[in-house]
Amino acid sequence: MSVPHVLLALLSQGPKYGLQLREEFEAGTGEVWPLNVGQVYKTLGRLERDGLAESDGTGQDGPQKRFRITPRGEEALAAWLRTPPDLTSPPRDELVMKVLVAARVPGTDAHEVVQAHRVYLLELMQQWTRLKEGEARDDLSLALVVDAELFRLDAVIRWLDAAEVRLARAAAEPPRPASAPVPVPQLRRLGARR
Amino acid sequence: MSRPGRGKDSGNAVSVLELRGVSKTYGQEQATVRALAGVDLSVRAGEMVAVMGPSGSGKSTLLTIAGSLEDPTDGEVLVCGMTLAGMPRGRKARLRRRVIGYVFQDFNLLPGLTAAENAALPLELDGVPVPKARAAGLAALAALGVADRAGRFPDQLSGGERQRVAIARAVVGDRRLLLADEPSGALDSVNAGEVMRLLHEACQRGVAAVVVTHDAQLAAWADRIVLLRDGRMTGHTTRPPGPESLLIPRETR
Repeated sequence: MSVPHVLLALLSQGPKYGLQLREEFEAGTGEVWPLNVGQVYKTLGRLERDGLAESDGTGQDGPQKRFRITPRGEEALAAWLRTPPDLTSPPRDELVMKVLVAARVPGTDAHEVVQAHRVYLLELMQQWTRLKEGEARDDLSLALVVDAELFRLDAVIRWLDAAEVRLARAAAEPPRPASAPVPVPQLRRLGARR
Repeated sequence: MSRPGRGKDSGNAVSVLELRGVSKTYGQEQATVRALAGVDLSVRAGEMVAVMGPSGSGKSTLLTIAGSLEDPTDGEVLVCGMTLAGMPRGRKARLRRRVIGYVFQDFNLLPGLTAAENAALPLELDGVPVPKARAAGLAALAALGVADRAGRFPDQLSGGERQRVAIARAVVGDRRLLLADEPSGALDSVNAGEVMRLLHEACQRGVAAVVVTHDAQLAAWADRIVLLRDGRMTGHTTRPPGPESLLIPRETR
């Protein structure tokens, strides 16, 4: 999870109070990921315990406490920024599952299912684009978040396009005899990482 | 954030573009290809509609028919309430030039003309006196934020500035309908988005636009997205709610 490291990044600019960190977290990530105060203090407590951050030695908890990053925290932050996220195993995507099984449900038109999802995704993209046209024009963080979301949704739509072509092709061609099983060990090995 | 305005109030009652049961068949006898089949589409003033679909789905045919460059095999096309099919050729061409603006993939600016001359060109071709045409050209450049580039030639402009001049030329005068086929060509995605933003802004000033694109990110700039497949309209988006729902609700802060 990235919350501890985003807090470290904010602390790397200078010492800060808990409430301030929460505000800056939300502002700095385009205000699309809410973060509650309890989560902020819990995370700060953990950072302190692990020696990645330290607070003013007043001893009392709560809004009076000011936090700063430690040298070890700075190292951890730099390492995190350069560590690739784990993308090796495909996530169990709900939409992918729906399209995979749609063709097996009697009386279901897989193309209709695909089309319904395509329209929904496009509407979502229209909404994000309105943000890009408005608020995100003066907010770099939000513009970056919006772009990321648009590229992600765009990729899902492209997958739907490809899925539709495959489904149409499969429907037009009779299934191949099962005499030549497709070797799968390569796939298994990839999936086993989960 | 305010929703896009409906633009000028004139033209609200009548669609700027209306396709009614439009079909287009190419070829003869056995060798016919049906490019469009019974397409209904209505675009109001101030509205931007994107047309998406796989290649061969009829997107470009729809655009040439909307621009009255071709007549439909079946059905009706009305531009500002007028049927262009069957009009005498000269009158049809004049009307087309006055009402419809085109944005091309590569912008098609004439290299020997300045930005202002390029923007004024459609009016001059239409017989508008030069000073009046130039004034309208300058006004269009100003609306797109490139008035200070008026005296430059296309090769002295950046890619983004060329886009703006091309859009200015498409909306110059009182053009009501903008037709664009993959208008952002080979631009990078940030600049391509900028083209769409400018087109959407033109719509907010009252123009109606139909933009053909295969790119979902560009189509998402439109108020409505129409999906074509094998010449038929297979779906469309409805006007989405405002983007506020995507952000953290204010009261929780």
